[in-house]
Amino acid sequence: MLSRVANSIYWLNRYIERAENVARFVDVNVNLILDLPAEITQQWQPLVSITGDVRLFKNRYGKANAENVIQFLTFDSDYPNSIISCLQVARENARSIREIISSEMWEEVNSFYLMVKEASPGKQRDGLPKFFEQVRMASHRFAGVMDATMTHNEGWHFGQMGRLLERADKTTRLLDVKYFVLLPSAQWVGTPLDQIQWMSLLKSASAYEMYRKCQHRIIPSSVVEFLILNRQFPRSIHFCLWQAERCLHEITNTSIGTWCNSAERSLGKLCSQLGYLTIDDIVESGLHEFLGDMQSSINGVGNEIYTTFFAVDNC
Amino acid sequence: MSLESYDPEEFYDELFVAKGEPRSQAASLIQWMQNLGIEQLERHRQTAEIALYKLGVTFNVYNDEQGVEKIFPFDIIPRLISSQEWQYLEKGLKQRIQALNLFLNDIYSSQQIIQDGKIPSEVINTAPGFLKPCIGIEPPNKVWCHITGTDLVRDGDGKWYVLEDNLRVPSGISYVLENRRVMKSTFPDIFQTMAVKPVDEYPSYLLETLLNLAPPHLPDPTVVVLTPGIYNSAYYEHSFLAQQMGVELVEGRDLVVVDGYLQMRTTKGLRRVDVVYRRVDDDFLDPLTFRADSLLGVPGLIEVYQQGKVALANAPGTGVADDKVVYAYVPDMIRYYLGEEPLLANVPTYLCWRKSDREYVLQNLDKLVVKAANGAGGYGMLIGNRATPTEREDFAQKIIAQPRNYIAQPTLSLSRVPTLMGGEIEGRHVDLRPYILHRGDEIYVHPGGLTRVALKKGSLVVNSSQGGGSKDTWVLNNMNSEFGVRSSEL
Repeated sequence: MLSRVANSIYWLNRYIERAENVARFVDVNVNLILDLPAEITQQWQPLVSITGDVRLFKNRYGKANAENVIQFLTFDSDYPNSIISCLQVARENARSIREIISSEMWEEVNSFYLMVKEASPGKQRDGLPKFFEQVRMASHRFAGVMDATMTHNEGWHFGQMGRLLERADKTTRLLDVKYFVLLPSAQWVGTPLDQIQWMSLLKSASAYEMYRKCQHRIIPSSVVEFLILNRQFPRSIHFCLWQAERCLHEITNTSIGTWCNSAERSLGKLCSQLGYLTIDDIVESGLHEFLGDMQSSINGVGNEIYTTFFAVDNC
Repeated sequence: MSLESYDPEEFYDELFVAKGEPRSQAASLIQWMQNLGIEQLERHRQTAEIALYKLGVTFNVYNDEQGVEKIFPFDIIPRLISSQEWQYLEKGLKQRIQALNLFLNDIYSSQQIIQDGKIPSEVINTAPGFLKPCIGIEPPNKVWCHITGTDLVRDGDGKWYVLEDNLRVPSGISYVLENRRVMKSTFPDIFQTMAVKPVDEYPSYLLETLLNLAPPHLPDPTVVVLTPGIYNSAYYEHSFLAQQMGVELVEGRDLVVVDGYLQMRTTKGLRRVDVVYRRVDDDFLDPLTFRADSLLGVPGLIEVYQQGKVALANAPGTGVADDKVVYAYVPDMIRYYLGEEPLLANVPTYLCWRKSDREYVLQNLDKLVVKAANGAGGYGMLIGNRATPTEREDFAQKIIAQPRNYIAQPTLSLSRVPTLMGGEIEGRHVDLRPYILHRGDEIYVHPGGLTRVALKKGSLVVNSSQGGGSKDTWVLNNMNSEFGVRSSEL
């Protein structure tokens, strides 16, 4: 398939997934804040911190209050990773490969975009939870429609890989929210408030019920383990990368465990590393640091995919 | 205004002979719409509009600040063409395309028509669409204009005229197919009573036409559609056609000339391309041969084409016949190449580079439509009787400065079709663009075509970029006459 087309379907899926995850971030934060004791000031800075675009935000908005941060992350069409921008780019990509994807997929992207666009001007605060819910559902619908209406061919695997890599990256950032959202003081660790925050985090990853089924008690290290190392939960980092690896090998037709290009090699390395890690190793190295390393490794895989498949030279 | 009181006034109306008197082919349609009532029609119009919006059937307008994509407005009252009338148009179009194709073969080889004094060499050599690098090329099956979208109009007395031939990269066929899809889902029952010719076979014919061009002995030739990209006004159509034919949609940056062949960059390396349905203008096809600043084309493409290693549809160079001065000679071409009288008339055309014509034009600017010889999209045009004296004076100066660049035609009173405008039914002017495919051994006229409608009251400009919309075009099967043929054979 055309390199440009592969590139577009990959980014189409990444951007849809990104929009969904931005909705999840804002949602988790709203929930965390609601649970805080009334005397504690609201924390919105963490959301900006995890995007990595702190300076951009400061220059444009200044103060990190609810209004500014929500505007920045959802409806600011000048910020490339806001929900509306993600949808714009996703739709542009879909438009450039309309003949490759199924009509149903195009219609999903198009109505997803129209939904967000119509919601943008002066969204009422109390309508926001509903809006973020709609964004999440639209993203799921797109993934479902793609799964059920498009041939699971090379293009499909590129799209799937894009979605999974994006999701892995965003799960690392979702976990990081908890790192940034400070408890009032160290004494609060292990209190019901701390527990409630971990539960909110699980809910934002749609992981609460699934976690309960296999772990029962809310223990911070178990929550982290579930979201990083679980092999069956579809938003855990290990699951995402392992599935992405399968897609990559479907594309190249080499068997897993071997490699014929640098993308396969770096993704393979990352997967085996995760396969033999324990939660104690992660805690020992520091969760925040681990997540940072993970983000740059996933980034590296993305770059390898670009040079291997999308930037085809003349010879 | 309701259908009962609809008045065609002094215009030729496609559905009515006179007030309260539908044309015979339209009678059952009018009856059916009357039973439905205006409110119901309006509701259906909205449903149809939402359907098109959801499908993302859009076009782009250049220099428009309001975001690039727009919905092409669609009116649900169809335009009808009777079976007899269609047979006439079909014959006339085939004749015209055949002659134009012979002209293109001739003009890029021995130029017999110039030597025989039927067309001045000066006209050809000053036509910007005449491409010197194409001289001596013989395209596969000697076909130059594979896909044509001829613009036809009907004057006040009901007579058809050819307004433009559009031999380069005519667009609009996707609207024909999508409009029909929406009409069929909106009004399924009326299609059963009206015997409308289906339009869905176009993509298959187009693919056949393109496959026909591949170098012989290739078991599985690769066909692609070349688009300038998503910001082109007809991008929707490019992707639609590629999808319907099941071929790759490529941009210039996807293609590269390597080892003397045109190849595309894929995730598995380079792959050869055999036939290109290009929706990029001649000038932009190859920066090494034409415009050096073009980023839309492929460096070296024309050389590969000259060697016969890739086929292009339409062939580069067809634009010479789209020049409105050359257009004026098409009736002569039909007589010269085919020895026949033209079935379809040209609009009478004054060529400003002829002294006598120019003088007439300058004295009668208020009665004429003046057009740039190489303009398109309704730009660079003066409708004399609607223009202010200053605008006319401006145009007079332009004509005097560059007479070769302008032609003038009498203002035609374009025919009208009842159109639903804000809950009322009003007459609006239309044109018709049928699509013709030339396959070498056969010329195929797609039954129907795009009916463009000027939605502004009284306006004669139907272009989508200037407030035009479209209607579904129903070519009717005459079941009685077919039966007649069969019984006479017995």
